[in-house]
Amino acid sequence: MSATPDLLYSDTEDELRSALRGLLTDRCDPAAVIARTETGEPHDPALWKALAADMGLAGLLIPEDLGGQGATHREVAVVLEELGRAIAPVPYLTSAVIATETLLAGDTTKGGVAAGLLAELAAGRRVAVLALPWTTAPGGAPYAGVEQRDGQLHGRVTGVADALAADVLLVPADGLLYAVETAAEGVAVTAQTALDLTRPTAVVELTGAPARPLTGDPAATRLALDKGLSAGAGLLASEQLGLADWCLTETVRHTRERNQFNRPVGSFQALKHRMAELWLEVVNSRAAARNAADVLATGGDERALAASLAQSYCAPVAVRVAEEALQLHGGIGMTWEHPVHLYLKRAKSDSLALGSAGRHRELIADLVDLPAP
Amino acid sequence: MTDATELRTRTREFLAEHPPASTPREEFLRARFDAGLAWVHYPQGLGGLGVPRALQAVVDAELEAAGAPDNDPRRIGIGLGMAAPTILAFGTDEQKQRLLRPLWTGDEVWCQLFSEPGAGSDLAALATRAIPASDGSGDWIVNGQKVWTSNAHNARWAILIARTDPDLPKHRGISYFLCDMTDPGVEVRPLRQITGEAEFNEVFLTDVRIPDAMRLGGIGDGWKVAQTTLMNERVAIGGSRIPREGGMIASTAALWRERPDLRTHDLHQRLLELWVEAEVARLTGERLRQQLVAGQPGPEGSGMKLGFARLNQRISGLEVELLGEEGLLYDDWTLRRPEIVDFTGREAGYRYLRSKGNSIEGGTSEVLLNIVAERVLGLPSEPRTDKDVAWKDLAR
Ligand SMILES: Cc1cc2nc3c(=O)[nH]c(=O)nc-3n(C[C@H](O)[C@H](O)[C@H](O)COP(=O)(O)OP(=O)(O)OC[C@H]3O[C@@H](n4cnc5c(N)ncnc54)[C@H](O)[C@@H]3O)c2cc1C
Repeated sequence: MSATPDLLYSDTEDELRSALRGLLTDRCDPAAVIARTETGEPHDPALWKALAADMGLAGLLIPEDLGGQGATHREVAVVLEELGRAIAPVPYLTSAVIATETLLAGDTTKGGVAAGLLAELAAGRRVAVLALPWTTAPGGAPYAGVEQRDGQLHGRVTGVADALAADVLLVPADGLLYAVETAAEGVAVTAQTALDLTRPTAVVELTGAPARPLTGDPAATRLALDKGLSAGAGLLASEQLGLADWCLTETVRHTRERNQFNRPVGSFQALKHRMAELWLEVVNSRAAARNAADVLATGGDERALAASLAQSYCAPVAVRVAEEALQLHGGIGMTWEHPVHLYLKRAKSDSLALGSAGRHRELIADLVDLPAP
Repeated sequence: MTDATELRTRTREFLAEHPPASTPREEFLRARFDAGLAWVHYPQGLGGLGVPRALQAVVDAELEAAGAPDNDPRRIGIGLGMAAPTILAFGTDEQKQRLLRPLWTGDEVWCQLFSEPGAGSDLAALATRAIPASDGSGDWIVNGQKVWTSNAHNARWAILIARTDPDLPKHRGISYFLCDMTDPGVEVRPLRQITGEAEFNEVFLTDVRIPDAMRLGGIGDGWKVAQTTLMNERVAIGGSRIPREGGMIASTAALWRERPDLRTHDLHQRLLELWVEAEVARLTGERLRQQLVAGQPGPEGSGMKLGFARLNQRISGLEVELLGEEGLLYDDWTLRRPEIVDFTGREAGYRYLRSKGNSIEGGTSEVLLNIVAERVLGLPSEPRTDKDVAWKDLAR
């Protein structure tokens, strides 16, 4: 048993939140996010620069001696809550969390490939994503889509989230992990038509792509991938929390202001109870998400459990709150111009990402000795 | 003429006179209407024979076996399911003669101009005004804005409710009109949906002139007339007859059978639970129809759309999950103005998003639950503050 986790927000975390929320209010309003989804450029590079480079958020997990901020998963979780709330189209979870954690779990000796990459990621100069389908759960079978021949990579990976925004791909192949530049010959990244308009996926095709190894053996690769994916799953819960929180807040606001039958629709008990139930679920999500963030930060031995617990709880809650938000908005919720659909599409895709709730429940079954029949 | 044998003979004679293979579609449909085989429960001369509705199945079976064209009901659902029964119940002879035939054949498409930005669940609060023209013609001049109007971009006619007396309480000052969508004062603007399509529209009405002959029901009786439309709408949305594993469960069940690689224990149990619910809902619908035929209509009808919406949403949500990585994808976000809407069409992502509308369109599930609670169970309504207040004095 590990020590009782700290489930509150520290003053520093609160300050970080308010600075970030201010920036996102100015730079990431829903109408602009919707307009961007209709262009060929789903990611917002200017916003990314402001967050990653100017505010230094891309380097939160990276130790200072590798060029980062040396902060922890707790601060990262707060960033993800805010990015979820604003449905910001930036590759934060994929690059600054999953790819970064994966690199940090490997060999970070000065002068090495990973150390060089981490410094660039920390500075917000480059974006890296792990070239695995976005649905890959921690602890899964090694991905078999790519092989290595004569130091070059060949193969195809589908459903790679944020690959379109990436400068570098971290590609597992034949038991090792490699860094591949997306601009290199033999690398093609093609957009898919994704349900999630603000974190689209792409197909990565490698035909003799030049690659630099990041790990030395399959065990190290496995460890690095697990660490990256598990941190991703645990911290995705904070994004889901932020998203759900926005949906509930916005629904409460709407139903207070929307009059039908000579009174605000939010004054009908049927709706009040629905929103009160959602509030309970958001409260629970917050505890599960904070637990995951704190356990990841303190490096306790319950990392895997905390991540799976957070995913199996927070993922369906985010979907439910987004669905209810749409319903309680009535017809306006079915329109493209109202942002609630961005949240619904993100929540639904998030529920598949990094292992479904069902998959995480199975992982919990093993961890807490409640075996399947 | 009442029995099935006679009707079968009559249908065969009709088919012999109008062989589907050599008769142009429009001509065939018009002749079918004129022969009273369109909707047999309608009166003679209006596409029917005045026989029980259940006998329609006899006609349909014969026509289908002969490969006859149909009137593509998905394209004209609002006309068939909502406008027609209302016109039949309240229309003048002239209105019925002029409108029902092209409505049924699909020559004229209909839409529903009911909801407004300020009047959705509380439809009776609508603000679109109809006032008598000052030229003494007896025409009505209509001004206002409607919203979420499905299919307005294809429609020749609309069923429209508008306020004719703002000094009365809201339910009493409404009249019902049949609006010509080609009037120069009608402006239809596409409204994009979360699916990417512009299935519904905003409709702006500016000095639209409607002859008094196109009023349906008495002045101030519009709310009562609209109830007929709404009741029929809910049956039309939730009440169609489907075979076992028809409707939303079909594609999910097929996917499960075809793709062993996607199966998990968790998804299996959840699929079976929904399969059972879908099958039971189907049986409830079947039982309801049997009650109607037996002349014992039950209140179950009020629940059909509720169950339909909930099932569609849960099944399509599960289907996206079952697809795993493919569930991250969407087929097409292109902005289009569709001619038909098929809740169970396209891919899983579309079905998931489109079914969200099922619990909003045609009365939200919350409003329908209130109707069940108050009209079926007889529970008292919440205290109301808007009943005896003049419409113009209500909060907006
Ligand atoms: C896909 C689609 C197609 C449509 N097509 C048409 C069409 O062709 N023609 C047309 O006229 N209209 C159409 N509509 C409009 C539809 O009928 C309205 O959207 C619906 O009646 C709800 O009204 P609203 O959008 O104003 O929501 P609101 O009435 O503002 O409702 C907001 C929320 O409050 C809840 N609520 C309201 N009153 C109560 C209450 N008393 N108790 C508990 N909860 C309550 C609602 O259930 C909802 O969740 C369509 C809507 C959709 C989504």
